Amino acid sequence: MTSIAQLIIGVTDLAAAFLFMYGLKRMSSPVTAPSGIFVAGIGMLVAILASFLYVFDAGASAKPHLVANAGLGVVALIVGGGVAWWAGKKVAMTAMPQMVAIYNGMGGGAAGAIAAVELFSARVPGAVQLVVTLLGALIGAISFSGSLIAWAKLQGVLNKPLRVKGQQIFNGLVMLTTLAVGGYIVFVADRGVTPLIPMPDLIWLFFGCALVFGILMTLPIGGADMPVVISIYNAFTGLAVGLEGFVLQNPALMIAGMVVGAAGLLLTLLMAKAMNRSISNILFTNFGTVVQRKQGDIKGSLKPVEAGDAGIFMRYASTVIIVPGYGLAVAQGQQKLYEFVKLLQGAGVSVKFAVHPVAGRMPGQMDVLLAEAGVPYDLIFQLDDINEEFANTDVALVIGANDVVNPAARTEKSSPIYGMPILNADKAKKVYVVKRGEGKGYAGIVNALFYGDNCDMVYGDAAAVLGKMIEAVRALGTKAAA
Amino acid sequence: MDFSIEITGFVALYIFMLAAFAGWVIIGHVPAILHTPLMSGSNFVHGIVVVGGMFALLNASTVQEQAIGFFAVLLGAGNAAGGYAVTHRMLAMFQTSGHADKR
Repeated sequence: MTSIAQLIIGVTDLAAAFLFMYGLKRMSSPVTAPSGIFVAGIGMLVAILASFLYVFDAGASAKPHLVANAGLGVVALIVGGGVAWWAGKKVAMTAMPQMVAIYNGMGGGAAGAIAAVELFSARVPGAVQLVVTLLGALIGAISFSGSLIAWAKLQGVLNKPLRVKGQQIFNGLVMLTTLAVGGYIVFVADRGVTPLIPMPDLIWLFFGCALVFGILMTLPIGGADMPVVISIYNAFTGLAVGLEGFVLQNPALMIAGMVVGAAGLLLTLLMAKAMNRSISNILFTNFGTVVQRKQGDIKGSLKPVEAGDAGIFMRYASTVIIVPGYGLAVAQGQQKLYEFVKLLQGAGVSVKFAVHPVAGRMPGQMDVLLAEAGVPYDLIFQLDDINEEFANTDVALVIGANDVVNPAARTEKSSPIYGMPILNADKAKKVYVVKRGEGKGYAGIVNALFYGDNCDMVYGDAAAVLGKMIEAVRALGTKAAA
Repeated sequence: MDFSIEITGFVALYIFMLAAFAGWVIIGHVPAILHTPLMSGSNFVHGIVVVGGMFALLNASTVQEQAIGFFAVLLGAGNAAGGYAVTHRMLAMFQTSGHADKR
């Protein structure tokens, strides 16, 4: 019976590993992506069902508890899976980053908990396995507590980045303590010496330190940098899962974990590049304290116009590129925006969307928010594909975006965003900027685009402004422009 | 027949290396428009940790191990189910102009 169970588990895990990679591969195009997540889901389901066959493979000491353990497993699967499923179906698309943070933290916590069971049961066979177990536990625990802090920041529970003098040194000491405790656990187990404090206490201490480090590491990071942090923790969890997979001798966990670890690392690097910052800069420095650019450098003035006039101007243009930013999502204006776009298209205007890689609170979130509003993805263009077109475009409509269209990134060496890839909205023949007020963007710097001769400002809530534009264009009738 | 799996140090390193390379290549081809579903999709994939949680729980022999094992399965199941739910929801939203109902 044992070998049959092993055979079935072996085959299903192999199938799951294949389906995960095949599913992720299918996710590389919007056309095949829905089927990609579906096949990956099948792999997961099969692997979970097969995992109950571990009852035939359980150690002698666990034999008397098998029925209770299997029962606990069913309850945990139903409760954990059910609650998360329900939350995932309910969550608003704008709250997606914090939801992903939570799920990610759960994965890290699970990896840490697996390591804890292995450590407490003293099943880990050798020093190498013990080191790998502890490493997976450390990374998983950091990902768990760090993701929870990231969630709290994105959700707005924690607002201000917490920074104290000497914080880096203190965090470093906590990390060193964790490593020292881990090293001592390996030393004690390997040499068979009697530890200074009992082994279970040492294990608790190790996890406590790792969890505290995860919290301390995440607290000083600003809310706007959280997407990068989530991406890092995503990679961390993958790595932890892969390492625990080695300890449990489960190649499916090893492969799935490491694929995600590498993918998460790549995504993190892409994102950091789009924000023009290095990973260490995000993790260890304070972005808010950059030198502010002097107001006097800017020539020209802000020219406010009425929303209706701007709307009518666009209706008689032949090409319009829309640059949406997070401000649009905050105002819940995506539906209205697409309504306006359909009006323009009906009048014969060619409309495209230009999305910056970091528009939104996680990479690609703006694409999802536009898709939710019904915007077909073939109207949505990424930075490299559309930047050349601005120069030949009648109107660029910047709505709820700021730093990602700031020409200072191209020209101003002293600017903190210098070198960041931006959308060249300023090169369009006419620019309308929809903004709530005269405030600055997240980087806290003045945007020269707003002062340009070709730029007019439309002040107001994005949804309200779009409402007025729709009204004004509708009043002209639906005939195509002459 | 014996179908138990044994992965020693170097074999593990080879598996890790190839898997990391595969992940890097697969993800590198995904367009930026799909980065959010991709992140939650890869988040879903590491939900496979729930299988490890099941192993730990089924092999638990003390109340402490049972409690921590239960915790592991609970969290892992949440990771997998939640990751699937949000990824599927997001991907279902993407449609082309051809499918757009009203113009």
